[in-house]
Amino acid sequence: MSKILPRPTPLSQPYWDGCREGILRLQQCLDCTRCQFYPRAVCSHCHSARLEWRAACGRGVLASYTVVERGISAAYPAPYVVALIDLAEGPRMMSSVIGADPADLRVGAPVELGFAEWSDEIQMPVFHLIEDARGELS
Amino acid sequence: MGAHSFSGKVAIVGAFDTPVGTIVGKTPMELCVEAGLGALADAGLRAGQVDGLVTCNAMAQPLLYHAEAMAEYLQIFPRYCMAVGAGGGTTFSIIHHAASAIITGMADIVLVSMADSLRSGLSRDQALLVQSSTGHPEFEQPFGPTVPAYYALIARAHMAQYGTTAEQLAQVAVSGRAHAARNPAAQMRDPITVADVLASRMIADPLHLLDCSLVSDGGSAIVLTSAEVARDLAQPPVYLLGAGEGHRHEHISQAHSLTTSAAREAGERAYGMAGLGPQDMDFAQLYDCFTPTVLVELEDLGFCAKGEGGAFLESGATLPGGALPVNTHGGLLSHCHPGNPGSMFALTETVWQLRHAAGARQVRDASLALVHAQGGIMSSHTALILGREAG
Repeated sequence: MSKILPRPTPLSQPYWDGCREGILRLQQCLDCTRCQFYPRAVCSHCHSARLEWRAACGRGVLASYTVVERGISAAYPAPYVVALIDLAEGPRMMSSVIGADPADLRVGAPVELGFAEWSDEIQMPVFHLIEDARGELS
Repeated sequence: MGAHSFSGKVAIVGAFDTPVGTIVGKTPMELCVEAGLGALADAGLRAGQVDGLVTCNAMAQPLLYHAEAMAEYLQIFPRYCMAVGAGGGTTFSIIHHAASAIITGMADIVLVSMADSLRSGLSRDQALLVQSSTGHPEFEQPFGPTVPAYYALIARAHMAQYGTTAEQLAQVAVSGRAHAARNPAAQMRDPITVADVLASRMIADPLHLLDCSLVSDGGSAIVLTSAEVARDLAQPPVYLLGAGEGHRHEHISQAHSLTTSAAREAGERAYGMAGLGPQDMDFAQLYDCFTPTVLVELEDLGFCAKGEGGAFLESGATLPGGALPVNTHGGLLSHCHPGNPGSMFALTETVWQLRHAAGARQVRDASLALVHAQGGIMSSHTALILGREAG
């Protein structure tokens, strides 16, 4: 039993290439300037096909989360966190929060991007809770 | 307005459920046929009179042409024939398509029959596929979200935004079970308390085992025809007064709101067609695959204000004898949940309630009901309004 690995498409390959380089790439529309996630052939706001990749800053907040206690398979040892992250650039994405005590999670908490190596090809974008200067969770 | 054209002009004239729960030794097709023939017998019709057939595919017995296979099985030869797939929303969205077919003359008598065997008919591989087939394969599934996890994201967001509590969510399960306790056909009938729900195993925080619906075998069917034909059949007709759909996303990570769903548009469209509002409903059947769906649906369908679903549930309004009994058969949480056919049982229950034939669980003087189903992760919603009178 192995993890469910994403299968990049020609359209999404730059996104996964970016993850391998430690960069989270979003598509930005050259016409309406908005960013989108997941990658598409056209802008989901104005349907322009003039899109370019830009690096996200890697900051976001927890829009919601759950601690999964009954995992989807043996490849996903419970408990683990499934989260929705609102990126600073606007789009929302599903991800995980790792390295945190589940009791410290809360909606609205600031998070920061990291990567987890899942295979030679795939680095998964994951998030960490951001600690403040006192070393406490903000 | 075209949207008003079938209000009161189409009726449900037959309804039947097979036994539900663990049904060993019958394939989903056999259950589907049993349900379909049962609904026709209830209506006083023969299979040969059916000229429209609607089914949904069965996960435990996937067929390329499911409705055609059922027609072949029964040796009936419809002119309107399709298997539909929209997850839990399937059942109700197809009712208004079938109603439109009747109004436009594409079919006169439509049998809608659905069954599956999720409890005893799935192989381990099939079960895993069911679990993982929801979710974006590239940008959601790799993170390991289970189906309960998706709904836990909705619950957590509602708790954070409106102060809803786990106790209030649990009340959905308690209410469903209180109804099921009065229904001899329900899979789970022993009453439960909020404490029981909270003490059950955590599945995906904040959802416990008892916040999650059942896994069942079972089949259910209804027969739909014009109000004119309905007058001469065996049972009092139950009229379709309104129908509406709403669609906002497929994947939960693309939802514009986690706490307000397209049930709002579905409800507004259905109320609009019927010329009725939430205050007119004597009871409601709301899709309850997990407890937070009912919370959000009560708000979005106008039974209480946004954010007040928790308090509404806590008031006991949804219980038997309450101001708005919800899921009078016990719902997906306590009656049965065989997957895509799940909300069919809410529809047959509504027919019996509106015929005043629901026995010990009869809602007194029930004359109008809203039934709702959703598919995906609060993605696609359909609301129907049914009544004892044509309008």
